[in-house]
Amino acid sequence: MFKLLKYSLYDILKSRFAILYTIFMVLVAVSIYQVSEDLAKVSLSLLNIMLMIVPLIAAVFATTHFFNNLEFTELMLAQPVKRRNVFLSQILAVIIMLSAAILIGFGIPMLLWGADESILILLAIGIALSIVFAGLAFLASVLTRDKAKAIGISLSFWIYFSLIYDGFVLYLIYSLSDYPLEKTTLSLVFLNPVDLGRIIMLMKLDISALMGYTGAFFQNFFGSAKGMFLSSSIMLLWISWPIATAMRIFKRKDF
Amino acid sequence: MISVRNISKKFGKLEVLREFNLEFEAGKSYALMGPNGSGKTTLIKIILGMVIPNKGDIIVQGDSIKNNFKYRSNIGYMPQIGRYPDNMKIGQLFRMMQDMRPEIKEYDLELIGAFGLDQMMEKPMHTLSGGTRQKVSAALAFMFDADILILDEPTAGLDPMAVETLKNKIKKERDSGKLILITSHILSELDELTDQAIYIYEGDIFFNDSVDALKETTGEDRFTTAIARLMEWSLKKKQPKTEMSHV
Repeated sequence: MFKLLKYSLYDILKSRFAILYTIFMVLVAVSIYQVSEDLAKVSLSLLNIMLMIVPLIAAVFATTHFFNNLEFTELMLAQPVKRRNVFLSQILAVIIMLSAAILIGFGIPMLLWGADESILILLAIGIALSIVFAGLAFLASVLTRDKAKAIGISLSFWIYFSLIYDGFVLYLIYSLSDYPLEKTTLSLVFLNPVDLGRIIMLMKLDISALMGYTGAFFQNFFGSAKGMFLSSSIMLLWISWPIATAMRIFKRKDF
Repeated sequence: MISVRNISKKFGKLEVLREFNLEFEAGKSYALMGPNGSGKTTLIKIILGMVIPNKGDIIVQGDSIKNNFKYRSNIGYMPQIGRYPDNMKIGQLFRMMQDMRPEIKEYDLELIGAFGLDQMMEKPMHTLSGGTRQKVSAALAFMFDADILILDEPTAGLDPMAVETLKNKIKKERDSGKLILITSHILSELDELTDQAIYIYEGDIFFNDSVDALKETTGEDRFTTAIARLMEWSLKKKQPKTEMSHV
């Protein structure tokens, strides 16, 4: 397992993409730190950028990496190694590279200009979202034999969770505004990892006043330790199920 | 040494192998033949665990291959088209494969020397020609002195000199008592290298016996003509079926 991971990581860290992505993250963080002095505003701006960019990059990069490394995968499958380890080494290499880019890209400016607890949570959300979308991308990749189709599926995951889902929830709240919908909207948030990340962060920043009535309800729910525990557990579910499903399919896949 | 038991494999609706049974014994060398798309490569990939059969099981050296990966350390495999990570250098690739089998300490580097690969250890895989890639595949298949050698179209794309080198190596390993399984479309080569002939046609075994028995049944004394006769028969055998469906 560690040997396989060593070779996958070596390959991925040498790629130009890993360096470009890290530099991009550094540039984003530096420019936002330059604009504002207020740490809460900085983390809010970083959050907004991260919620759009990180899932997109994770989804596209993980899919292309899976197909570009198909030769390596096929070669390894004829060797005395477990299929499970071949799969895990591939996805772990992608996750480690994406997380390192976030940690270095956002972390260095933070060390230079200061950070508080909220920014640490921001980093954790970034890493969690990278894992979720890398998992979804691998799931799309093992379901199809065609690279273009797999990238299409990964992108639709991103479009769905980042754009369409919010519109759907707003429409639901608007058209059913006569009914008490707090619990429904709360559970709807759990069905979208991007929203989950956003809510956790907004609660931490204590600007739920911006979110109206439901926001107050969220505050009531998420502000407590119990709420934090529940939302992190749901995030863990989001992290594990795509990877577990993709691995199960990978174990029976024909190469 | 390898026994294939009731293997069936479908790709979608296409049935590639149907209730397939075969025995491969140590010390013999088998020629696996059949028209394009008859399921030769699929059978090999199933033995290696790269393709999962719908039904049936395969026993390699006494162990089932289901949920098993250790048996592969005893198989040297040369694929039809060797595909390798582009950025890796030849030397790195060899080291990585050696790293994957830590229990084996002694390597058979004869082919690396014979093919002159030791001169280009620093070349990245994506700069190699098809023939050189094939040489790398061959060197890897023989490197670990495995008891079972599976060679899928071993000489395709090699220059005549390299073909001779490879053939001599195969003969040497055969005479030292290894199980060798070769698929090829070059019949003269199979005649030289193998003593058992297996002919697959449309997912069924059409012929499975020694080369001498093949020559006897077909009444031909040359291997190539005997195989040609076998192909004719297999086509004839199919014809009545289609005629009946038209009636």
